[in-house]
Amino acid sequence: MHELGITENIVDIALAKAGEAQATRITQINLVIGELSGFVPDCIQFYFDSFKEETIAQQAVLHFEVVPAQLRCRDCAALFMPQDTMWSCPECLSQSVEIARGRELYVESIEVE
Amino acid sequence: MKKIEVIQNVLEANEAIARRNRELLEKHGILGINVMSGPGAGKTSLILQTIAGLRDRLNVAVIEGDVASTVDAEKVQDEARAVVQINTRNMPESCSLTAAMIESALKELPLDEVDLVLIENIGNLICPSEFALGEHRRVVISSLPEGDDKTAKYPLIFVDADVVIVNKIDLLPYLDFDLAAFREAVRGLNSEALVLQLSCKTGQGVEEWRSWVLEQASLNRSGR
Ligand SMILES: Nc1nc2c(ncn2[C@@H]2O[C@H](COP(=O)(O)OP(=O)(O)OP(=O)(O)O)[C@@H](O)[C@H]2O)c(=O)[nH]1
Ligand SMILES: [Mg+2]
Ligand SMILES: [Zn+2]
Repeated sequence: MHELGITENIVDIALAKAGEAQATRITQINLVIGELSGFVPDCIQFYFDSFKEETIAQQAVLHFEVVPAQLRCRDCAALFMPQDTMWSCPECLSQSVEIARGRELYVESIEVE
Repeated sequence: MKKIEVIQNVLEANEAIARRNRELLEKHGILGINVMSGPGAGKTSLILQTIAGLRDRLNVAVIEGDVASTVDAEKVQDEARAVVQINTRNMPESCSLTAAMIESALKELPLDEVDLVLIENIGNLICPSEFALGEHRRVVISSLPEGDDKTAKYPLIFVDADVVIVNKIDLLPYLDFDLAAFREAVRGLNSEALVLQLSCKTGQGVEEWRSWVLEQASLNRSGR
């Protein structure tokens, strides 16, 4: 699995931000994860539980906001949800589409004391 | 309790290194191709076929990624201008190459003597699609024995591909692989991808792939 390095990044980002704010405790880390992203929340949670030990994030809760996939037509700019694996535009039937949302993985915010 | 806005891409660290790798390749006029597929679809075979036909025209270096073992590096050893083996077993990401691994591999290559770097990623259809390496082009191989439903199960890797190769086409008479349906499904995910059917065993269709590589190498040299 490839969530180990990613989870380390998440903890590093949270600790750095908390440090800047001179917080003494991180209570929650809010993550945004795209439906199409290859990362599995359970795996991130699993590694997080070992990384958080002996840091100010020790009692932090990970919160995942899952973003549904959304595609954009390159020809008519329509936004739509993909239907199975035929990603064509429902408006103009073009097959030239790109992912507008659903691939992201970022730390949205942290809650500290 | 206080909420602090962060908005920071978790993959940014990898992407920053990938950008540096790409700049380094460009400084030396090198084209980088990331070769991805599930286990055993034919990455090493395609790399060998590529070098065999282009050796007189391009100096090819290979970066071999594997969870363990050096068997693939040994296979390409005598053919390539240079080979670097990366074993990911003890690394944080063992299921994909990452930009940091490529950064250290590039340090071991004689960059001034190389025109093309072929990177054999870890045999896996999920994880490599998340990690940019600094490559210029992405190739995904799907082989007939794997079945024609790989696009449905692993869409993301096809979405980012510049070329999708359907390998082991010599086995078509023995398998129920619906070529038309597969090509249609690839087009549905990625209408710009070039789809090439070939056999690394018989050599059928390989010439078309080599022409594509040559064309990309010359586009790259002219700075596009
Ligand atoms: N029949 C047939 N066999 C092939 C073809 N291409 C590769 N093979 C065989 O498929 C097996 C796997 O090929 P490799 O090139 O090692 O595949 P790979 O993707 O590098 O495999 P890993 O690195 O283990 O993930 C080997 O036994 C090859 O000889 C082909 O076009 N036709
Ligand atoms: Mg191989
Ligand atoms: Zn449209």
